[in-house]
Amino acid sequence: MIQNQPSASEEVLSGSFKDRLSQLTVTAMISIVVLLFSLSIVVFAPWIAPYPEYEILTDESFALSSEQMWLGSDFLGRDVFSRMLYGARVTFSVAFAIALIAFFIGCTFGFLAAVKRGLFDSVLSRIVDVLISFPAIMVALIVISGLGSSITVLIVTVALIDATRVFRVARALGMDIVVQDYIEAATVRGEKLGWIMWHEILPNALAPLAAEFGIRFTYAILFISALSFLGLGVQPPQADLGVMVKENMQGLLYETYTPLYPALCIAMVTLSVNLLVDWYLKTTDATLPDEL
Amino acid sequence: MNTSANASSEEYVLSVDGLCVGAQERRAGHVSILQDISFSIAPGKVTALIGESGSGKTTIALACLGYSRAGCNITAGRVQLGKQDILSLTTSERRKLRGREVAYIAQSAAAAFNSALRINRQVTEPAVQNKLLSQQDAERKAQVLYRELDLPDPENIGERYPHQVSGGQLQRLMAAMAMICDPRLLIMDEPTTALDVTTQIEVLRSFKKLIKNKNTSAIYVSHDLAVVAQIADDVLVLKGGVIVERGSVQSIIDHPQHPYTRELIGAAHVMPETLPPSRSLVTESDPALPLLQVSSVTVGYGRRHEFLALENVSISLHAGRTLGVIGESGSGKTTLGRVISGLMPPKLGQVNLLGKILNDDLGRRDRKELQHIQFAFQMADVALNPKHRISKILGRPLQFYFNLDAAATQKRVAELLELVELPPEYANRYPRQLSGGEKQRVNLARALAAEPQLIICDEITSALDTVVAKAILALLKDLQTKLNIAYLFISHDLSTIANVADTIAVMRNGEVLEIGTTSEIMTPPYHPYTELLLNSVPEMRTDWLDGR
Repeated sequence: MIQNQPSASEEVLSGSFKDRLSQLTVTAMISIVVLLFSLSIVVFAPWIAPYPEYEILTDESFALSSEQMWLGSDFLGRDVFSRMLYGARVTFSVAFAIALIAFFIGCTFGFLAAVKRGLFDSVLSRIVDVLISFPAIMVALIVISGLGSSITVLIVTVALIDATRVFRVARALGMDIVVQDYIEAATVRGEKLGWIMWHEILPNALAPLAAEFGIRFTYAILFISALSFLGLGVQPPQADLGVMVKENMQGLLYETYTPLYPALCIAMVTLSVNLLVDWYLKTTDATLPDEL
Repeated sequence: MNTSANASSEEYVLSVDGLCVGAQERRAGHVSILQDISFSIAPGKVTALIGESGSGKTTIALACLGYSRAGCNITAGRVQLGKQDILSLTTSERRKLRGREVAYIAQSAAAAFNSALRINRQVTEPAVQNKLLSQQDAERKAQVLYRELDLPDPENIGERYPHQVSGGQLQRLMAAMAMICDPRLLIMDEPTTALDVTTQIEVLRSFKKLIKNKNTSAIYVSHDLAVVAQIADDVLVLKGGVIVERGSVQSIIDHPQHPYTRELIGAAHVMPETLPPSRSLVTESDPALPLLQVSSVTVGYGRRHEFLALENVSISLHAGRTLGVIGESGSGKTTLGRVISGLMPPKLGQVNLLGKILNDDLGRRDRKELQHIQFAFQMADVALNPKHRISKILGRPLQFYFNLDAAATQKRVAELLELVELPPEYANRYPRQLSGGEKQRVNLARALAAEPQLIICDEITSALDTVVAKAILALLKDLQTKLNIAYLFISHDLSTIANVADTIAVMRNGEVLEIGTTSEIMTPPYHPYTELLLNSVPEMRTDWLDGR
């Protein structure tokens, strides 16, 4: 909005950024490296992968790792390494989309409930309570088996389930912010609801919401992996980390590690996100509301 | 009272020698909070620590308990209570000392009491815990203390819960809690600051009597020199963690040496000796129609307004003039401001702006009407969004009301900052990078940005240090002459109101008791309640409380 910003603002920004950097712990650093590595896989998978996703390269199932196939072959003789790159791409981007949609819906309604209160809040909160009382995996199984499994259905279903959790966090955060005088100042000015939510409430809830986003993202990874493992998530032959664990499960009987590679990949990323979130919460003094 | 000659021959109750306290900050390294503080208190004497917020007065008081706040360290010096060096004691030894030898009275008694336990249980706890008295003896002693503190119904008040007594009573009950073990030293940290003026003098009087009867020494922390004058023997004036002046109360008031002390005395909340010259209630350029007219407004809380906060309130205010609304907590003065600004729809009655009826519902008022009434909040800390730069805080009303483009907004923001006497670079700062007084100026600038005809000032100087508050009041006056703005100035402080207002409305329990020009209200014959308020404002002399 304002050009030629003098040094004061840069000082503030660089000051807090440098501050953050100086507080980087070893775990946080490792987490960041792992996540950046995963991100580059998501973006560049087709260029990194040595072989196409579906191509059957050998007759040998569960071949051991070799110079041609770094992680060996899977139950159909496809390259595990290549499939894992593609699989991670699907899993992580689907999880990201889920978290993003869940946040958009959850925050909008959560903040609305905090601002409006009264009947609107009560009705919305009770509906969410009802939805939350069903086990998430059961709801997902019912909906997906009813509508058929596609990436879109998967994303929308899981995002809606996650949105109920985000709703409660956003509502609790919003409740604390709405009573502040600066919200009242905006109300007296005549600001519309959307502006108040977007410009006054959101910036003050951003730190805890960012942390919550990380947690939701890992849950989404685990959730869709679980669905794929059960056969209702991503459908073969498309690769997905959960699908790969399922497909290659018998490999364990043949003493190969094939299903463990994608499992390890899921574990690494979810752990990294969680550690990073913990570090972030600590350095920003942000707290997540108790009501989760 | 002991004479000072007598005291010097006796052993001191407390002597502090070369006390230094510092904090370790991540970016700034070691920050000094107190530097080389030395003083001593003779038995039965009260020493006051006075200074603005951040001057280190509470830090000294806490150090006398051998305590420092989290992140702070006592780096050097000695604190001796009688013959014992407090700082060399272990934590458990100090714990034994606290409550028994030295006791603490906090600013907010309401926060210091556990609301789930009966008062007696809490008052007697220090004595019973330390096994000095049995529960029965302690309760008997508490009753004696209640009587000495002039509490109503001393036999039974201890059976109540904290929410069943008033704020002033709770403060006195806390004094009883502190005195139950007959400590040698009592530390009082702004014990009357949160109270209404009329309650304040009752509490002050009880404290004074108690200290005198028990011959207890005390440290009295306050920012209000007029209050200190009533209770203290000696005064230490603090600024930035250093003692800038010390002496007896009388000499400090009569012959302040340090410029800062003079500034403090000049800014103290005492009634002005002469009222400011009265102005005609209507400016020449102004139409005869009042700018704001509130007619028989009744409003209450609850779904059907069942808990009335305002009853049949009517006021009017002309352009370019100031209406002072005075009242104690619960008088409905803030509610009045909220009704006018549209934050609270009234049950009955109406609000007129220049003869036009304003819609009760804020959402249905048009942008022009919204623009003309602006609200300045008490706590600038929470009234400015901490995540917005000053440029956005001030720029938004400009874009909202006038649709200014980016360049024009930037220019106008600089003008507004200049208007409230802040440097234009502040546009790029966040609120947390400003001091309390500066934040209050930004708060005012935001109201001014709308180019309003009326600003509702809700206790805008109450949270500020007296010196800073004085500057803000001067700014308000200056802006009024420049821009012809009307103020609805809400305050609990009669001395402030008398200084700024053209007309005054005295409120109590949701009703306007009296309304008139400042000279009408402030000169005899008084309304009985106004007189009570007037008599409750401490004067800057040591015998004021005794003479009443």
